[in-house]
Amino acid sequence: MVPPLLQIRGVSKHFGGFAALSEVSLEVAPGERFGLIGPNGSGKTTLINCVSGALRNESGSIAFDGAEISRLPAYQRTRRGIARSFQIPRPFKSMSVLENLVVPLGYVVGLGDTDAHAEALRMLETIGLADKAATPSNRLSQVELRKLELARAMAARPRLLISDEAMAGLAGNEVDEVLKILFDLNATGITIIMIEHIMQAVMRFSQRVICLDAGRIICEGTPAGIVKNPDVQRAYLGA
Amino acid sequence: MKFWIGAAATVALAAGLALSGANEYFFYAGYVVLQFVVLATAWNILGGYAGYVNFGTAAFFGIGAYTAVLLFKAAGAPLGVQILAAACASGLLGFGTGLLTLRLRGIFFSIATVAVIFIMQTAIVNWRYVGGATGVQLLRPPAMPPFDSYTRMLFVVMAIMAVVGVCIARYIEVSRIGRGLRAIRDSEEAAECSGVPTLKLKLFACTVSGALMGAAGAPLPMYMSFLEPASSFDLNYSVSALAMPMIGGTSHWLGPVIGAILLGSVQQIVTVTISNEINVLVVGVLLVVFVVAAPDGVLGLLRKLKWFHRSFR
Repeated sequence: MVPPLLQIRGVSKHFGGFAALSEVSLEVAPGERFGLIGPNGSGKTTLINCVSGALRNESGSIAFDGAEISRLPAYQRTRRGIARSFQIPRPFKSMSVLENLVVPLGYVVGLGDTDAHAEALRMLETIGLADKAATPSNRLSQVELRKLELARAMAARPRLLISDEAMAGLAGNEVDEVLKILFDLNATGITIIMIEHIMQAVMRFSQRVICLDAGRIICEGTPAGIVKNPDVQRAYLGA
Repeated sequence: MKFWIGAAATVALAAGLALSGANEYFFYAGYVVLQFVVLATAWNILGGYAGYVNFGTAAFFGIGAYTAVLLFKAAGAPLGVQILAAACASGLLGFGTGLLTLRLRGIFFSIATVAVIFIMQTAIVNWRYVGGATGVQLLRPPAMPPFDSYTRMLFVVMAIMAVVGVCIARYIEVSRIGRGLRAIRDSEEAAECSGVPTLKLKLFACTVSGALMGAAGAPLPMYMSFLEPASSFDLNYSVSALAMPMIGGTSHWLGPVIGAILLGSVQQIVTVTISNEINVLVVGVLLVVFVVAAPDGVLGLLRKLKWFHRSFR
């Protein structure tokens, strides 16, 4: 068996008296398309914040590629190969679209300015934002912002990409567009964790799905199995 | 290239003026304007590029001045040594302050930096050797040739420091560090996730910024031949150092320079023609006008002009 790329063991996180995560354990295999679902406030974003380093877990361990990372600052996790997009896009708004990608290309990949600009432009072409390269990033439309989020995450050349609701608020054909980008990335060998509320998207995309509710994993399985699970139905629809 | 010629020309011009027969008062006033160029440029490294609004300029400035006094009293150190030591002391203070406060964001960081002023001022007030609360009188050594007055010499020294300060700020701005700082200002979380070591960069910016502020304060005791805590830790330094980049424009090294020359000169003119008290009012009114009418400062207004756009990206 291949060792897991990401191994989360017994991770807990409290905000005051509120248990956002309690004893969550899961594994993600290299190259896997992994879906994380759950109702609002179930702890999905908290979990990936703990993985990406935006938050520190209080107990348990998080291992990436066999090495413990839960005490590392976020930027070092990025350098080790974990990239993420944000639920609410957070572009570097004082910079152009191109420059947004130059930041990780410089800081993570270590490219010089000229190389970084060339590489950023190439990446923008792939994702379909090349004509916006010089546009200030605060003038993008919603779907362009989502694409920029993904492109910037990809510019860090990750092995694991965490996509936090990259499709929220997009129209049907735009969802397909973003989904295609993620499928293409996965085809190049990048492991992807998708957090999504759009069930149709997450079910089409994922090979395996875990459902969180109130900070606990209530169910794990194939997309087809998950939707039939009574616990999942209860979590989403109420008793 | 154009930049370096400009920098050299500025120093040459300052030296030329100082050696000319111009009225002594111009150097007395010009010194203050140049001092604000250094302070505003220094403030902008952390406040403008990284977006961390530092209210503690007076603390770094004052510690620079008192480091100079200490060295002068204890060892009769020459001005150059005083300035370097002041930069080190204030740089160290910047590093320490940064370690303690840079995990705070927004307004909380700003409040913490105000506290630094009061801590430093209280420490100096209770230290008899450097004059305590009553202050310390200093006897200026003779001016170094070719200058025939100490004020003229200090004017040139401050001009050199202004040019050096601007060079450092410009280097930071165009380098990878500058891009990292801008990323921090735009979104700290996204910066971390793009591999930017945010805490390290902020500490670096805070240290460099503090060191430059300290250097700007070092010649103050010699300039005034006297130093006392209330005026050297004056909150007005903090306000001016913040207002000048905001008025000039924070995104480019030229912004603080424009703001400092503009506001600094107006302050000097107002002091002479009306009164010293009106100074503060001028800063306040101009700041409000610019924040409301031109949030990107003078530079933001100029950028709309085509010729400027061509010359400065």
